[in-house]
Amino acid sequence: MARTSPAERPLSPHLQIYKPTITMMMSILHRITGAALFFGTLLVVGFLLALASGKASFATAQAIYGSALGKLVLFGYTYALFQHMLGGIRHFIWDTAAGLERETRFKLAWATLIGALALTVLVWICVLVG
Amino acid sequence: MAEFNLPKNSRLTEGKTWPKPAGSNIREFKIYRWDPDGESNPRMDTYFVDCDDCGPMILDAILWIKNKVDPTLTFRRSCREGICGSCAMNIDGLNTLACTKGMDEISGPIKIYPLPHMPVVKDLVPDLTRFYAQHASIEPWLKTDTPAPEKEWRQSPADRDKLDGLYECILCACCSTSCPSYWWNGDRYLGPAALLQAYRWLIDSRDESTGERLDNLEDPFRLYRCHTIMNCSNACPKGLNPAKAIAEIKKMMVERQY
Repeated sequence: MARTSPAERPLSPHLQIYKPTITMMMSILHRITGAALFFGTLLVVGFLLALASGKASFATAQAIYGSALGKLVLFGYTYALFQHMLGGIRHFIWDTAAGLERETRFKLAWATLIGALALTVLVWICVLVG
Repeated sequence: MAEFNLPKNSRLTEGKTWPKPAGSNIREFKIYRWDPDGESNPRMDTYFVDCDDCGPMILDAILWIKNKVDPTLTFRRSCREGICGSCAMNIDGLNTLACTKGMDEISGPIKIYPLPHMPVVKDLVPDLTRFYAQHASIEPWLKTDTPAPEKEWRQSPADRDKLDGLYECILCACCSTSCPSYWWNGDRYLGPAALLQAYRWLIDSRDESTGERLDNLEDPFRLYRCHTIMNCSNACPKGLNPAKAIAEIKKMMVERQY
């Protein structure tokens, strides 16, 4: 027998099927790194607290932050800082309604990613060598 | 709130594979199907198109399928030359018009879905009611207080030039339905298409309602849900730039405070 009322309309697929574009990826990365910075700030506060609490606790903090895992986390924090900073500069440019043409917006998006990775590596070369 | 997963009734299932025609120049299509008269979830059907017997565009191919393989395949189309905006759909992961997208621009099997995150009426036909209501809400017509002149409202060529890149919008909805912000907040965020139209009237030198128009947009959602993801401008099949129009509106909001 035929239905008397139509079925409830489905929602068409979205995130599951949309082809990622570089501008879209840099937008979500800006958010993710922004959230990561919140936790990164906790790391800074923790380090300062240890420093203020005396020699023993500072030595413990140094050991944790200086371990391989600690360095990896700090490396990630450095990257998040640069990614979010360059993303922020990109947003500043866009706020003036400039840099929005097709070629420019793609170049800016790639520049934030490549720039953030390059600056992160540069800082860590200085840290590990210097 | 952003809901990333599809509701239960919207999850895709395996569909039917339709017979393959003879020939050496065959393209494979995977197309979203949903029948409002049935009981089941949407499915992906597989079709094969004989490109030697068919025009070069995606629209040619789906018309070929409808005429020669499966007459129940449902989609909107009219002008077949990128001016009516009816055949907007998600092709190969990006929103565009089926009539201006060439099959040669895509490699491998060609996947076609309806415009993303929209209620589906049938197959590739989305319900655009809310999209049109949003367009209406920006009052897309000339609003004046001055008594109408005897002839036409006059405009300098320089002022007329400001409407280029805006008036060409065909309201196909490719931009709005490509925008993640519109996906998550489409009930409150106006979306790129309506905002590009809003800007078209905001900078029209003849319009005398600029202040009221801006007041109407000064809202955390209506305008400011734009997070410059840029999918709108990347998708526009007419090469327009809704993201820039939105940036200009945000700028007008700031400038009018000084």
